[in-house]
Amino acid sequence: MSNSFAVEFKNVTKAFGEVQAVRDLNFSIQTGQLVTLLGPSGCGKTTTLRLIAGLEMVTEGQVYIGDNDVTKLPATERDVSMVFQSYALFPHMTVMQNVSYGLTMSSLPKPEVHEKAQTGLELVGLSGYGDRLPSELSGGQQQRVAVARALVLEPEVLLFDEPLSNLDAKLRRRVREEIRELQQELGLTTVYVTHDQEEALAVSDRIIVMNEAVIAQEGAPRQLYEEPVNLFVSDFIGDANLVKSTILDIDGSHANVDIRGIRIQLPHRGLTPGESMVAIRPQSILLKQSGTEDGIPGTILKASYLGDHLEYTVECALGELFVIDNQIQTQQPPGTNVSITFRPYGVSLIPES
Amino acid sequence: MTTPSFSPETTPGFPGIFSKDNLNLKLWLGIAWLGFLILPWYAAYDGFWSFIWVTDGYPTFDEYSPGILQITMHDRWWLWPVALFLLLPLSALSWSKTDPRYALTLLFSGGLGFAFTLSQGFILGLHGWGWEFLGDVFGPTEQKQFGMGYGALLVCGGFLFMFTQGLAARGAIKGDVFVCGSIGFCIVLVAIFVFFPVGRILINSLQDDEGNYVFSLFLEKITSHSIWGLDCFSSNLSCGVAWNSLLMGVLVGLATTVLGLAFALLVTRTGMQAKGFVRTASLLPIITPPFVIGLALILLFGRAGAVNVFLEWAFGIPPSRWLYGLTGILIAQILAFTPIAFLVLIGVVEAVSPSMEEASQTLRASRWQTFWTVSLPLMRPGLANAFLLGFIESLADFGNPLVLGGQYEVLSTQIFFAIVGAQGDPGMAAVLAIVLLMFTLTAFYAQRRWLGKKSYATVTGKGDAGVHVRLPKRVAWMAYLTAAPFLIMSLVVYGMIIFGGFVETWGYKHNFTLKHYIAEFSLHWSEQYGLLWEGAAWNSFWTTLQISAISAPLTAGLGLLTAYILVRQKFWGKDIFEFLTMLSFAIPGTVIGVGYILAFNVPPIEITGTGVILVVCFIFRNMPTGIRAGIAAMSQLDPSLDEASLTLGAKSFTTLRRVLLPLLRPALVAALVFSFVRAMTAISAVIFLVSADYDMATSYILGRVEFGDYGLAIAYSSVLILVMLAAIGLIQLAVGKRELGRRESFEF
Repeated sequence: MSNSFAVEFKNVTKAFGEVQAVRDLNFSIQTGQLVTLLGPSGCGKTTTLRLIAGLEMVTEGQVYIGDNDVTKLPATERDVSMVFQSYALFPHMTVMQNVSYGLTMSSLPKPEVHEKAQTGLELVGLSGYGDRLPSELSGGQQQRVAVARALVLEPEVLLFDEPLSNLDAKLRRRVREEIRELQQELGLTTVYVTHDQEEALAVSDRIIVMNEAVIAQEGAPRQLYEEPVNLFVSDFIGDANLVKSTILDIDGSHANVDIRGIRIQLPHRGLTPGESMVAIRPQSILLKQSGTEDGIPGTILKASYLGDHLEYTVECALGELFVIDNQIQTQQPPGTNVSITFRPYGVSLIPES
Repeated sequence: MTTPSFSPETTPGFPGIFSKDNLNLKLWLGIAWLGFLILPWYAAYDGFWSFIWVTDGYPTFDEYSPGILQITMHDRWWLWPVALFLLLPLSALSWSKTDPRYALTLLFSGGLGFAFTLSQGFILGLHGWGWEFLGDVFGPTEQKQFGMGYGALLVCGGFLFMFTQGLAARGAIKGDVFVCGSIGFCIVLVAIFVFFPVGRILINSLQDDEGNYVFSLFLEKITSHSIWGLDCFSSNLSCGVAWNSLLMGVLVGLATTVLGLAFALLVTRTGMQAKGFVRTASLLPIITPPFVIGLALILLFGRAGAVNVFLEWAFGIPPSRWLYGLTGILIAQILAFTPIAFLVLIGVVEAVSPSMEEASQTLRASRWQTFWTVSLPLMRPGLANAFLLGFIESLADFGNPLVLGGQYEVLSTQIFFAIVGAQGDPGMAAVLAIVLLMFTLTAFYAQRRWLGKKSYATVTGKGDAGVHVRLPKRVAWMAYLTAAPFLIMSLVVYGMIIFGGFVETWGYKHNFTLKHYIAEFSLHWSEQYGLLWEGAAWNSFWTTLQISAISAPLTAGLGLLTAYILVRQKFWGKDIFEFLTMLSFAIPGTVIGVGYILAFNVPPIEITGTGVILVVCFIFRNMPTGIRAGIAAMSQLDPSLDEASLTLGAKSFTTLRRVLLPLLRPALVAALVFSFVRAMTAISAVIFLVSADYDMATSYILGRVEFGDYGLAIAYSSVLILVMLAAIGLIQLAVGKRELGRRESFEF
């Protein structure tokens, strides 16, 4: 069997003693794409990455890289390389030696090793730093050395294990853009682990959201944000208010939904009339002056100012709602009575609820 | 189906013989075949490095023939299966690693081949059947075989690594061939060189002189009056050796722990000036052969000793023999083993987190209360370790009781006399060894139980900026008062060791002389023969140096490899494996010594009387220290360093060599120094294993002591101490300039 996928998991289960870290995992990653494994800590995303790398061996199932079944091959014999969370630069080797390490192991001739390592360093903008020790570099530079060290091997799959978690917020944004650019430039198949949903949305072609050892949803960033299939995904990717609703009837591709007296039309997503949950993004809730429209009456409990937007907690018949308001000129104090309505976007029915 | 091959150059199913596929398998299969077809199967030659067989009738002569000729020429038909198990894996060469048949074939032929080759060696020995009952079942046999030689060794190694490669191919240990092999290698070695000898002791204690299993005889021996008698309470007679040993061990354990704690507290928690001196001086007894201190004590307090001579001269007090007996042993052992307790405790005392003590003080506890309720309880693991070490060292110590014991009999000396003495009762020696082993294992177990319940983790890996609380005045004074006499005593004893060698006859003629050094270490230049090593000590001196220099790197290597396996790898049965490797530390040298002569005096592994048995003995006696040093150092290295190296395509062996080893230099130095020094100073196990060809310095010196040549003995000992100091310097220079990591070398 030949397949066009760079990585494929077939019914993969990994157990540590009694605990199943990942359970019956099936997915495939297309060549040249950047796919993110996203989820809260302990969801199995890092285990999945390590299973691809061969740093863990599956308990059941098969792992394919390219056309090959690598299920039982050790890390050394798999054509992957990995950027570690801690960078794992060898402290006793210079930057150049670190970057050359993998090339030397592939028994390339010396001049070629040097040339490739040099190119790798240039690619991450560190060409003058070859003779330094890792301890003489800043955190961001160390990170780039780690990327260069993995890149120069031109692996079939490049793996990133939370590569940005040791960088400060500003640097994180810049480095993730650089990584994405490099990846697209070189057309590298990349698997990227993170728990930061914003990071995932920003860099990925596709995202695999994991929760409690299984895949919660898989899809393009926009798809996950706009059409979450279950409560977990809707809440994990961006914030969401999960409220009860009733589907009154189905009209073509849409459903008429009643949320506490407010009628809106939403894509039905395969649901039938009856009770259902709806996810409402905080930005999609509009607060109007009390009594001005036929909205749901509510009271502001908390209000905080965050510079570019305001955050409210509002109590109403739906429960407590979390609201983001970009109109920073007018901050409503707690205790203000408001009327709640919804924007036509950022509201979605949840099929698996 | 997926194509199972990964190297595009080779067509699946027909990898070229010289391709890099299955390189490991080819290597070990080649080695095994070499062992079977070419090298002598048996070790009938004289010594491991003897190549007399090359010119002396090889390959056709019975004793020197390789395996294949043993079968075809010498009628040893039972070796046929070996050939079969070597033929089978040849088919695996044409399969890829991911082919299930590959793993299965290797597991089958490697496992069965190994088991078969080893057991046939046990079944048929030098005098026919290895076990009595086989003769009863199959009738007498004319066949016999010698100990295993190069050939059998290589074949066994080949089988073992084929088996582990089979395991790796099935995905064990993440499919890592090197790690799988290492684990298998370590397990087999520990089984052969630790558990087999101890097991032999157990078996031997159950046998009577004819080799029959008589349980009642064992019961009779192990409950005998000479071991467990309690006469000392009711009469002037002495108690059984077991009680004597137990009393000695407990007293020495307690005393060394208290003294060690006193020193540790003084060095870390007071403004004491001489800290550096105490730390350096504490290393001295470790490079002193243990009984040398006993010797110095004799020169001081013996009947003709300096103190007695002075007392008689000044006050007319007649000299007495008070030193000989428990008192003398205690003084000598406390002097010898306190530094070990100190080295264990100083690590623990320093590791008690200052913030916990600060927390206690902010909760309104006084310094005195803080010390008793927080600091001291947190030191419990250290105290337990120090006691255990003192206890085991004391029980296993052979030299001091021999030199100073007098009528006070202990297990270690009685074991020795049971083997070499007039009555020569190996069965009794085995029984005594079991009693000794019981004591140390009980102590080992009790210590684990005592510590097992609570967490004492005080070092979290986060920076702890607090400052240790100064000792309360009362505790400080107690510590000073405990430590001072010890310090003075040590100085005097080491003074003795230096000066004793330059005096004609201690106690009688005190003129300065070099004659002891000349007798031991003189060189002579003759026109006819060139340089002559005339001194009597040269033989044992060079042997000791050679054996120590061979065993030190092997010990350190195996220790660090085991540490790597324990820290970095997960596999089924790892806990047991760790416990077993540590356990060999709890087995006293005397027991190991007895076990080794019982186990390795006969085929299939016949190595007594060679240098190999000494090297092997040192490796397995001292390996636990290397393991501890390695574990301590390796736990501080981020595992993603290895993983990074692996994902970059380096094999785990390369990773170990290029990434971990350079970062483990201090641990390597510690392991090298410790194993070298221990090999130079060891006596308890060695005394059973030396031979005319391979005499060790310590046993030679002890021989001198028995003849009363104290001057010679002391002179030789001080030369040894100097040599070890030089060696430590050399090792540090060779491995790299880092501080001696001695502290972790003693932690459990």
